[in-house]
Amino acid sequence: MILIQLFLIFTQIGLFAFGGGYAILPLIEKEIVNNFHWLTYKEFLEVVTISQLTPGPISINAATFVGYKIGGILGSTVATVSVCLPSVIIILIVVKFLKKFETNIWVTNILKGLRPAVVALIASAAYSIVKGGGISDIKGIIIGVVSFLLLRSKKLNPILILILAGIVGVIVYI
Amino acid sequence: MNVKEDTKSKLDLLLSIFIVFFKIGVFTWGGGYCMLPLIKNEVVEKKKWIGSEDFIDGIGVSQSIPGPIAINTATFVGYRIYGTLGSIVAVTGAILPSFAAIILVAMFFLGFRELTVVQNFFKGANPAIVALIVSAVIDIGRDALKKYREVIIASILLFLLLYFKIHPILAIVISVILGLFLGEKK
Repeated sequence: MILIQLFLIFTQIGLFAFGGGYAILPLIEKEIVNNFHWLTYKEFLEVVTISQLTPGPISINAATFVGYKIGGILGSTVATVSVCLPSVIIILIVVKFLKKFETNIWVTNILKGLRPAVVALIASAAYSIVKGGGISDIKGIIIGVVSFLLLRSKKLNPILILILAGIVGVIVYI
Repeated sequence: MNVKEDTKSKLDLLLSIFIVFFKIGVFTWGGGYCMLPLIKNEVVEKKKWIGSEDFIDGIGVSQSIPGPIAINTATFVGYRIYGTLGSIVAVTGAILPSFAAIILVAMFFLGFRELTVVQNFFKGANPAIVALIVSAVIDIGRDALKKYREVIIASILLFLLLYFKIHPILAIVISVILGLFLGEKK
């Protein structure tokens, strides 16, 4: 039963995973944390950090992790396959009329229409992490601001910034 | 004899599709766009499995449908090389490294996660995650919101998401419907 639920939820997440990794976070939070309580909010944040530190797209990493926690190796396999399934199927359909697909006016308008939602979803993910306790004190604010400045001005690798921030956390929160 | 060799070369091809995409999967850290040059180098330049133009068309489609771009591109390229079976092999190869990494992390991490040092690491990393996401909002917003209308729609959707807690899928649906109504007609 739990496997069927994993399948249904992660197919849904895969189907609406538009616009790159972060835009999918609100949907994962809504379903996995709020509706199904498969992860606490704290664990959700940990999964986000872990996916940034391991190879692979965030939606797939989250699927594997949640699947494992809920149903072991079998659960993680089901969740991972489910999250990929919609896009694989859509590509296999679309690949036969590639050119027509790209220039189709409906497709173009849908894609343009998606953009504001993608930006709003990503912004809401940032807000939700701050509000959910991701930044809880002045030290957190400083780490966040410094990371942001390093990211924007020095163009440092995000993974490096994340590891440095984590190490700073270990030092300042003793 | 001939049939045997034929089968062998087919297996060889599938195996090399698997290996190439496995390699790509290993190096896909933090966001799909970084590994597009890597995929191109492997499948277009080294293996010459598909042409450069076809690859670019494939990326265009990969960006426009749901799902991570790495997986979409793997599906597309795999299909071009060996049909549906090629897709499945390519996607499996691309996913396997992250799958294995997360399983390993999950196995060990779930035992260590309550340690103070681990918790403090996350406490330090969380603000950096916020910084990464805010930075993504700026980059993607600059690219995606070209008209005032789009900025207004994005702001309204953000408001609905934060204050009325609408379902993220509803936000996507509203945005698409508005796009269809307000988009070019021809």
